[in-house]
Amino acid sequence: MTGFLARLRETAHLMVGLPSYAAYLRHMAERHPERTPMSETDFFRDRQEARYGGKNGGRCC
Amino acid sequence: MRHLPWIVFALVGAFSLSVVATERGEPINALWIVTAAICIFLVAYRYYALYIAKHVMRLDPNRQTPALRRADGLDYVATDKTVLFGHHFAAIAGAGPLVGPVLAAQMGYLPGTLWILAGVVVAGAVQDFMVLFISMRRDGRSLGELVRMEMGAVAGTIALFGTLMIMIILLAVLALIVVKALAESPWGMFTVAATVPLAMAMGAYARWIRPGKVGEVSLIGFVGLILAIIYGQQIAASPVWGPIFTFTPVQLCWLLIGYGAVASVLPVWLLLAPRDYLSTFLKIGAIAALAVCIVIMAPPLRMPALTQFVDGSGPVWAGTLFPFLFITIACGAVSGFHSLIASGTTPKLIASEAHAPFIGYGAMLMEAFVAVMALVGASILDPGIYFAMNSPAAVLGPDAASAAAAVTNMGFPITADALTQAAKDVGEATIISRTGGAPTLAVAMAEIFSHVIGGPGMKAFWYHFAILFEALFILTAVDAGTRAGRFMLQDLIGLVAPSFRDTKTLVPGLIATGLCVAGWGFFLYQGVTDPLGGVNTLWPVFGISNQMLAAMALMFCTAVLFRMKRERYAWVTAIPTAWLLICTVSAGSLKLFSPDPKIGFLAHAEKFSEAAARGEVLAPAKSMAEMNRIIFNDRIDAALCALFLAVVLSLLFFAVKTCIAARRSSEPTAREIPASAVPAE
Repeated sequence: MTGFLARLRETAHLMVGLPSYAAYLRHMAERHPERTPMSETDFFRDRQEARYGGKNGGRCC
Repeated sequence: MRHLPWIVFALVGAFSLSVVATERGEPINALWIVTAAICIFLVAYRYYALYIAKHVMRLDPNRQTPALRRADGLDYVATDKTVLFGHHFAAIAGAGPLVGPVLAAQMGYLPGTLWILAGVVVAGAVQDFMVLFISMRRDGRSLGELVRMEMGAVAGTIALFGTLMIMIILLAVLALIVVKALAESPWGMFTVAATVPLAMAMGAYARWIRPGKVGEVSLIGFVGLILAIIYGQQIAASPVWGPIFTFTPVQLCWLLIGYGAVASVLPVWLLLAPRDYLSTFLKIGAIAALAVCIVIMAPPLRMPALTQFVDGSGPVWAGTLFPFLFITIACGAVSGFHSLIASGTTPKLIASEAHAPFIGYGAMLMEAFVAVMALVGASILDPGIYFAMNSPAAVLGPDAASAAAAVTNMGFPITADALTQAAKDVGEATIISRTGGAPTLAVAMAEIFSHVIGGPGMKAFWYHFAILFEALFILTAVDAGTRAGRFMLQDLIGLVAPSFRDTKTLVPGLIATGLCVAGWGFFLYQGVTDPLGGVNTLWPVFGISNQMLAAMALMFCTAVLFRMKRERYAWVTAIPTAWLLICTVSAGSLKLFSPDPKIGFLAHAEKFSEAAARGEVLAPAKSMAEMNRIIFNDRIDAALCALFLAVVLSLLFFAVKTCIAARRSSEPTAREIPASAVPAE
């Protein structure tokens, strides 16, 4: 049940363009252990800017 | 043996469809259409989508997707299949699949149903799936870049230019729908206006108080929305506040243009992002609730299967079944806009090539299902109410009595009292000539929702809930679309003046934003002041442009199949391309050259300029200035149709050229990123 809810939450987040912070941390730990990852707040702001401020603004009719 | 369940689905689907198609005389139940759609979609997915995946694309689950090859934890993230399906569906589903089918219902429910079912299986879902595949094999590049890579720089620029024009028409038509839904409706206007400060409060909360808590802030916003709807009724009834929130269409038009200009330069976290949370979740929730409630209510269809308007004499939009039905229902059957989404964020998030059919083909089937529900919604209404809501004021006359007489005269008997009562039920002063599709859908949703929750007393609440839900995501699209249009424009102007490309400096951005808003604002103003109601003129232009973009995307896919040396399978994209070209080129030419002034822009301009030369004022114009404006607008629309035709035909030329060159080559020439295997765990 918690697995289902977590997935529902992840789906809702990605629907508004917010990828998983946990996956980001995992990626940074695996591939770039020498760099400090962004904090959750910075990550959120970065993704918000990337979704709406860049060229991905196109939404469907 | 493993085919057995699918054979059962196919038989049930075929039987339901035959009930839908052959039942005459007594009303059939909406569930027949729903069942037919579900069965056909399942079978199409199991056989056609997987055929394309296996033979045409030869998807390879061992080949690395961009999400693995370029993993960065931000843009390129390998994502769970169902999570990504949600992301992709939320990006493609908008107002289009809800509005088009409502307008198409003027010909009866049957033509629209058949076109949605056939169109999505053969054209729409194939387009989304193919573009996703092609982009996925090329690092998730966008459509413009892909066309440039595979068909050359000139074709790429033409495609980019065509996309920008379509974007502008789309924004105008969406804004027009909002204007039509909110004009003279203080209740609706108040709730929509309340979302602006509400979103800003949410934005501040998510920025500083609890950053990143999207669920929490959306819940707060949702409570705010419900309160806005509830208090909206009292605001509308108040002698002080009611008039403040009552606007004429022209006032609303200027408000929207101002809003678009300001909102698209505000920081994204303040207004755009939080409203996007609200509109996305509300949209998904409302669609799911609609599906559940239709099944519970199982309403009979009151619209006839076919109306006499298949001959082109309909009041909602002009034109015969072929080709105009096929451009009226664009999204839902096939939507060119999806080629931009399928080459946007989705290909960068897909974890395995094996997920592509479910996401590319499957999500589009789901959107077609939304379109089917919208068609069902329009068809369960009393046809008298449907035509009273969707005919132009010029046809209906000044009041309920004249409207009832006009609609009864069309062959759909209704009384003036019934029209007044229907308006009262949903808490509006009038429902006569509330064109644009959104109000009709809102009445239908109020009917369906109130049947399940709240009874007739809740109808007014549900009506305004539906209006709010539609207006909210249209406003988000206007805001986001203006930003996207601005970047496209900067790219295009940058081809001539490279310094214009700089997205960090202020001036080029402001100029491009201004141009973009002026572009859609012009068509919006034209639509709002159009005596025929605007939707009449603008929706066909939008439909033609959207279907032309689809034709362009499918031509590009065909060219890529040739370059992959898989021309044996090119029919998969070539057949829908041919059909879309036939529909859009004939619809575009009719809009240009038809001698019938109801259809042809030039004939209409001719009729009015001849009258103007004689010093005559033709209805619905009331003055010489209005006459001149109609003539000017007709010529602009005609030029626009000619432009779209030129864009699509020149892209056809490039596609044919690319295919011939690819056939001459003995080696595949498609520029895929070389395959690399998924690393073993």
